[in-house]
Amino acid sequence: MTSDLSIVAPAQTRRTVTVTVNGVRRSAEVEVRRTLSDFLRHDLALTGTHVGCEHGVCGACTVLLDGLPVRSCLLFAITAHGHTVTTVEGLGELRPDGSVRVSPVQQAFRDCHALQCGFCTPGMITTITAGLAANPHPTPQQAVDMISGNLCRCTGYQNIVEAVLRAAELMEDPDAPLPDEGFTDDPGETDRVGAGSAAGDVAGVGSAGGVSAARHTRGDRG
Amino acid sequence: MKPAPFAWHGPTSVASAVATLAELVAGGAHAKVLAGGQSLVPVLAMRLAEPDHLVDINGIAELDYVRVSAGGDHAPAGVTVGALARHTTVLQHVEANRVQPLLGQALNLVAHATIRNRGTTVGSLAHADPSGEMTAVLALTSGSVTAVSVRGERVIPAAEFFVGPLESSLAEDELAVSAFFPAAPAGSGTAFVEMARRHGDYALAGVGAIVAPGAAGDGSVGGAAAPVTVRCGFLSVSETPLVLDLTQAWAAGPDATMAAARAAIDPGDDIHATAEYRRHLAGVLTVRAIRQALDAMGTEAAA
Repeated sequence: MTSDLSIVAPAQTRRTVTVTVNGVRRSAEVEVRRTLSDFLRHDLALTGTHVGCEHGVCGACTVLLDGLPVRSCLLFAITAHGHTVTTVEGLGELRPDGSVRVSPVQQAFRDCHALQCGFCTPGMITTITAGLAANPHPTPQQAVDMISGNLCRCTGYQNIVEAVLRAAELMEDPDAPLPDEGFTDDPGETDRVGAGSAAGDVAGVGSAGGVSAARHTRGDRG
Repeated sequence: MKPAPFAWHGPTSVASAVATLAELVAGGAHAKVLAGGQSLVPVLAMRLAEPDHLVDINGIAELDYVRVSAGGDHAPAGVTVGALARHTTVLQHVEANRVQPLLGQALNLVAHATIRNRGTTVGSLAHADPSGEMTAVLALTSGSVTAVSVRGERVIPAAEFFVGPLESSLAEDELAVSAFFPAAPAGSGTAFVEMARRHGDYALAGVGAIVAPGAAGDGSVGGAAAPVTVRCGFLSVSETPLVLDLTQAWAAGPDATMAAARAAIDPGDDIHATAEYRRHLAGVLTVRAIRQALDAMGTEAAA
């Protein structure tokens, strides 16, 4: 082989990048050193994706690239050119009336109070969305492993792990009641105290994990 | 925390990539190859490196493959991983893991699923981190890396590929196009164990093991004296991936094996663990890996 100058890839310092984000084709001309995370936030004004450490450790910037979770701070926008990106803004379901139905994972975060300051939340939700697509019925340990690459500085991990399990439940049954729902709504019906076996399992998981965050956030069952 | 400015090149063929590298190197430029970017981009973001040019190989579809060879006249049995195959692809490749189970056993411990979706196996080898699982697997299996430049192609055995921490023997104008992991020997058992603070973190220490029926053995373990060959590869305890033949030590028992492993390694201190603790850990993990590999002997259907 000899060097063939005609096939040398030309140097580029700026380029128009086109990405399909949340189902919409978006383009912007950027410096080639622009990371996908900055591209989303600065150039496309999609600030749902958060940027924490900027070197792939914290997981806050996790988005789905062609359906798989990736760190958007470790990907140059130009490398994502032509690909499909889903951010936290794209996970809900747009209703005909223009309102948005939150995704099961988002609903689970609400149900389980799985966010405090909310900084890590977009990365957690994208990671868990992909994690549950790959494993719809995680064990508590698998739920922990699922989020082990995402840092929460509020250290609200117990509730986030519960949200993983709750989301799995909601994906199976969107109307699955919260564990304490029967208790608070209708204390007279003892057979509803457990609110079904699935919900009882979730509460049991919290207890097994040490101090059950669920007890503080959902009201004391006892 | 933003990379310094650089010029980007997006070749779509190996020929174009190596012609681009040759042109840049000839002109005195500092060029780096970008594949998955899971190690390189953090280095750029922290400005530990400021290359003038990045040659992005993500558009070279011909490098995105995992091939399994059953062995024959022309090719030894094993798994060839193209430079654009992501860790996830290799991990999920059933046939590749049947032929060389160490691939999946180690890849499960490489960072997190999110990182494995982008990170490439060949890229992690080119990064030559002695804390990397795949560097240890390439060394332990006596694999090789194939490099291409405008000067031609060469196959670099693992023992010659890793020359120091984060340093490979790739020339500046060379592109690592694939890695070859030989098949596990017939009747052998393998295991990969490590200790990390959190699942997916860098290991404080780790050990991969291959046990195989010895020359005099038939693989059916009839008694304690059944001869087996024992090879172990270590990570995070030496400057380059270390491989030890512990056949004699294992014949003398677990204590002798631990002692032999601890005597051969050269771990360092850092904020995560002391050298002394790493040395202790490596000994314990060595015996654990060998025992797991012995358990796997016969159940792992080698090629």
